[in-house]
Amino acid sequence: MSESLWQRLTGDVPRRALLALGGLLLLLLAAPFLLRLAPAGDYWLSLLILVVYFSYIGQAWNIMMGFAGQLSLGHALYLGLGGYVAAALYVNLGIGPWLGVFIAVAAAMLAGGLIGFLGFRFSLAGVYFALLTIAFAEFTRILFDHFTWVGGSGGLFLKVEADGSAFNLQGSPLLFYYVILALAAGAFVLCRFLLTSRLGHYWLAVREDPEAAQAAGIAVLRTKMLAVLISAGLTAVGGVWSAFYYKSLFPEAAFAMGRSIEVTLAPIIGGLGTLFGPILGSALLVGLGDLFTTLAEILANDYGVKAAGLKQIGYGIALLLIVMFRRDGVWPWLARRLGFERRPADDAGEGRP
Amino acid sequence: MSADPGQFVLTLLQAVAMGLLTGMVYGLMALGLSVIFGVMRVVNFAHGEMMVVGMYLAWLAFDRLGLDPLVSLPAVAAALFVFGYVLQRTVINPFIGLPEHMQFMLLLAVAILLVNACLAIFGPDTHGVQVDYMFDSFNVGPLVLDAVRVYAALVALLIAGLLWLFFTRTRSGKAIRAAADNHVGALVVGLDVKRLYALTFGVGAACVGAAGALMLLIVQVHPFLAIDYTLLAFVIVIVGGLGSMSGALAGGLLIGVSEAVAGVLLQPSLKSVFSFGLLILVLLLRPQGLLARRS
Repeated sequence: MSESLWQRLTGDVPRRALLALGGLLLLLLAAPFLLRLAPAGDYWLSLLILVVYFSYIGQAWNIMMGFAGQLSLGHALYLGLGGYVAAALYVNLGIGPWLGVFIAVAAAMLAGGLIGFLGFRFSLAGVYFALLTIAFAEFTRILFDHFTWVGGSGGLFLKVEADGSAFNLQGSPLLFYYVILALAAGAFVLCRFLLTSRLGHYWLAVREDPEAAQAAGIAVLRTKMLAVLISAGLTAVGGVWSAFYYKSLFPEAAFAMGRSIEVTLAPIIGGLGTLFGPILGSALLVGLGDLFTTLAEILANDYGVKAAGLKQIGYGIALLLIVMFRRDGVWPWLARRLGFERRPADDAGEGRP
Repeated sequence: MSADPGQFVLTLLQAVAMGLLTGMVYGLMALGLSVIFGVMRVVNFAHGEMMVVGMYLAWLAFDRLGLDPLVSLPAVAAALFVFGYVLQRTVINPFIGLPEHMQFMLLLAVAILLVNACLAIFGPDTHGVQVDYMFDSFNVGPLVLDAVRVYAALVALLIAGLLWLFFTRTRSGKAIRAAADNHVGALVVGLDVKRLYALTFGVGAACVGAAGALMLLIVQVHPFLAIDYTLLAFVIVIVGGLGSMSGALAGGLLIGVSEAVAGVLLQPSLKSVFSFGLLILVLLLRPQGLLARRS
């Protein structure tokens, strides 16, 4: 069984790609210890944590958009809901995050299921569906602003406790790094598994042509619902992680439109519908963000050029150039360069044709 | 809340009147989005950012030259027309007909650039204009209407009328509508569709620029308004019918009124609950009306 599963997951992947993947995983596992040797290692670790976090939630979002073709611009809803549920259960009722995460996931899946059902039942697609997801996220943001049990607009805070440990998800950045790395690796394998499954092929069929998929006998509504449920559930886990990592939640930030957009950046820049897209995309974006922060600091300190927004202008230009010249994302182009293309026998894999 | 029901009704009527006036400006803003989408099927995710650029240009004209936003409005609209025209020609044109997420990402990058350019140039503080009629008002029956809102609404209506004339009476306007109705047909009869698209984006940008200049009479500008206006414009055009000009104006009035009334009935911080609730209802209950406009 395990061998056939292994076969199924890796069957058509070139050996060099598998080796590179194994190398990357080893590198990421060892990274905190390697970074300790570098100057400002803590800072680099915090950046790496961000990269892994964004690649995880990007992977979750990608299931909906990249696999099933449903554009969600409201994923902050699932992040915020997940974070708020687990944090409120912990702060108000003393229920730990390892149990709370299941309730958080259930809540997010319920929300995702509701939005998905309402939207898909009426065959809402593209920008119309995207706006529905935004509207629900904004709606929830305003409700949480007035929801005093979770602190309202004043925010919800997780105290740093003396007896904090991995059991209540408190500890050093190292703990959070390995937790999010495990999640990201798990999501990667899960997505690969889903793509090779019958459901994965249904998703691609629905993405490419919903009417043809319907005609071929695929239960389109059910197929789309599964995408939104899985995506919302996985995203909520990221929300729980993020709530306990940052230790504070505000409706204005947790459910912000900007946060929803952040989720979409890495997979689109990296390569929609690909497994490596979200990883490469988040590495690129976090890297660029840091580069422009440093450049803005240099400008301010050495040249006396000080202005808010300079960093984001650089970021915006970089984003514009990537979108204009790598429309399908950076990964499909890089994969061709590296010779990680799928074996020609298989044509039902990930990625847009 | 007042115990006197007559007083309450008056307060409500007052809010409705204010909402209608502000709603006209909202409508003009949404008109720009609707025109661009209706012709090119491009969803302008940088719309609120363009609105804020219009507001800043009007503020600049007031601050440096002492010009009333109503006076600088044609220049602001012209500046945004040029911006929109050039942006379409250089950046957006290759993305016409591509999947929505690519257009979204492209215009998101444009939005990030615009809003942060405003932030870098003008800083995060709010800026407003002080016109000498800012405290004037008109009494219409028992209602008191702010002069600034009345002027802004009238000018917005005038511009919408001009736009209607442009699309129904001029060669270019008719050609744009032809290209929107039948892209291939327009190419076959020899229309320069690329130029028409750039013209359309310019016209849409000019609309939102003009709306920005008008809005500056009513609210103060800061860079972070942009995303709210983008969302607001989307809500309005969806409620009114994406791609429909009269729908955008009607949607603007409806959202303007619903915000104002919600401000009276609920806490002010809950005012957008009405708009988003309306959006969700329209998306769910009248999807056939919305989807009928899609090609």
